[in-house]
Amino acid sequence: MKRIIVCLKQAVDVSQLKVDPATRQLVTAGAPRKISDFDKNALEEAIRIKERLGAAEIFTLTVSSEDAKPVLREALAMGADKAYFVNDPAVQGIDTSGTAHILAGAIKMIGQFDLILCGETSLDSFSGLVGSRLAELLNLPLVTFVRKLSVEGDTALAERALEDASETVKAKTPALVAVTREINQPRIPSLMMIMKASKKEIVTWTLSDLNIQEEKIDAKIEVTSVVAPKMERKRIMITGETVLEIAEKLAKALIQEGVVGR
Amino acid sequence: MNVMTEYKGVWVFSEAYDLMLEMLSKGRELADELQTELTAVLVGKNIEQRGNELIKYGADNVYLIDSSELEHFQAEAYLGNLHSLVVNHHPEILLIGSTRNGRPLAARLATRLQTGCVPDCAKLSIDENRRLVGERITYGGNAVAKVTFKSKPQIATVPSRAFERPEPREREGQVIKVDVKIESPKTEIVERKPLETSNVKVEEAQYLICCGRGMEKKDDKVLLEEFAEVVGGQVGCSRPLVEDRKWFTEWIGLSGHKVKPKLYIACGISGVIQHVAGIRDSKIIVAINKDPEAPIFEIADYGVVGNLYEVVPALKDALKKMLQ
Repeated sequence: MKRIIVCLKQAVDVSQLKVDPATRQLVTAGAPRKISDFDKNALEEAIRIKERLGAAEIFTLTVSSEDAKPVLREALAMGADKAYFVNDPAVQGIDTSGTAHILAGAIKMIGQFDLILCGETSLDSFSGLVGSRLAELLNLPLVTFVRKLSVEGDTALAERALEDASETVKAKTPALVAVTREINQPRIPSLMMIMKASKKEIVTWTLSDLNIQEEKIDAKIEVTSVVAPKMERKRIMITGETVLEIAEKLAKALIQEGVVGR
Repeated sequence: MNVMTEYKGVWVFSEAYDLMLEMLSKGRELADELQTELTAVLVGKNIEQRGNELIKYGADNVYLIDSSELEHFQAEAYLGNLHSLVVNHHPEILLIGSTRNGRPLAARLATRLQTGCVPDCAKLSIDENRRLVGERITYGGNAVAKVTFKSKPQIATVPSRAFERPEPREREGQVIKVDVKIESPKTEIVERKPLETSNVKVEEAQYLICCGRGMEKKDDKVLLEEFAEVVGGQVGCSRPLVEDRKWFTEWIGLSGHKVKPKLYIACGISGVIQHVAGIRDSKIIVAINKDPEAPIFEIADYGVVGNLYEVVPALKDALKKMLQ
């Protein structure tokens, strides 16, 4: 294992989103950005593989129309060796198809690699398509929903969590592995690591550096609205002098709702 | 594909048969609205009987990809066969079951076809321009996005339990056997262990009682099990009990199981938005939590501020008495 590429998305921190009360529209502008959680797990896994094997180079790869450098510094502090950043205003509004094309173009530019690690899905758009699309474009073996991973020689052994089974899958490298959040607990970089990271390189590319034509990344889908869902619940608080009284009131309410009993 | 290609028909595919049946009900609606045919693609071994059954569940046509080599899901083989069928017949809509094998399959198929894919659509409709519109949860449960297509075929994935399985009835339709080609696999499945689930899947549970961080020890889940027994329900948990405490392996929430029981009881669950996104479709939500400020109360029908160790057994006894 000489080189691992980790795809990192700069995502909207969904825990800090606001909703416009009048329109129920989600306000994403100005919301803080961070490395998408699942991708952070992918990076952590790459670092652990490197630690186990003793040597390997870890490159991160990010596509964004916005500035992602602060977020990439964090990835470098965690233990990535170099960050590649495709930063171009033309990528605003692209979909998973466009993102995968750009990632594929950048990976071809980077050259040799043994493993590509992705998060299974992204924190904000939650599509879970980019990793699979990328594997298809690069004609790579693909293993998704991975919660345990080991690498030996040119073989990756991965445990997948399926709905009704767990599956152990072998793939010859180079391969693409998409991980779930159960795979590890990402480290928090020390101050020392943060200082060291400032010396590491962030390579910035535009689409023309990658020879990617804009029509190649045209969106195939169109998001027409993003609105906070209505949750119309009764919000009745059951109170009483004793637990017994509360329990009886609640039991009665549930029976009256027709959800329990006959 | 050239610009003159006419895309026609609604197709459904899932390697999970139950989900395929559910998709047939929505597929039928879409096909009727578009005045076109509904086609199911069935892959597996010795599946002719099931092909006829799919007609009864609403398909006009069934393509059978029947081979002894296709008994179990195999990404490349399934993908290759689906792809060549789609290229030969160009449906305008293709619904794929959003399982953990199905979603990557849909993404790869969309990539081969250079088309769009909208995953996990819990609602589907047709707009005034005859385009498919999917609705999906996004931004960690903070929003519902409506998404439509600028390319064809329009591929959407559909989660299980989003649509009701249709009633079977006697109908006319044709079952067509397809020449099978086996694309060689790029990965090898070395072991497959069924999950130890003692009872029904949580997605199918009518009654669900779930615990969160408010539960102090793993063994305390017996309290919930005793309750579940009274109503004939199941026990679940929120993500921290899997992620942080490793007490369980499966959780309810946006990234875990999305459920829609008749009754959902959240015990000691604070109610972060990702959890709420997984229980949103429950008929009645009850929240029991010590913290009166817990956000779970905002989305509950009935709330009790109290200790789950007292309230759950008391509620169990009260229900038992009243239901006798």
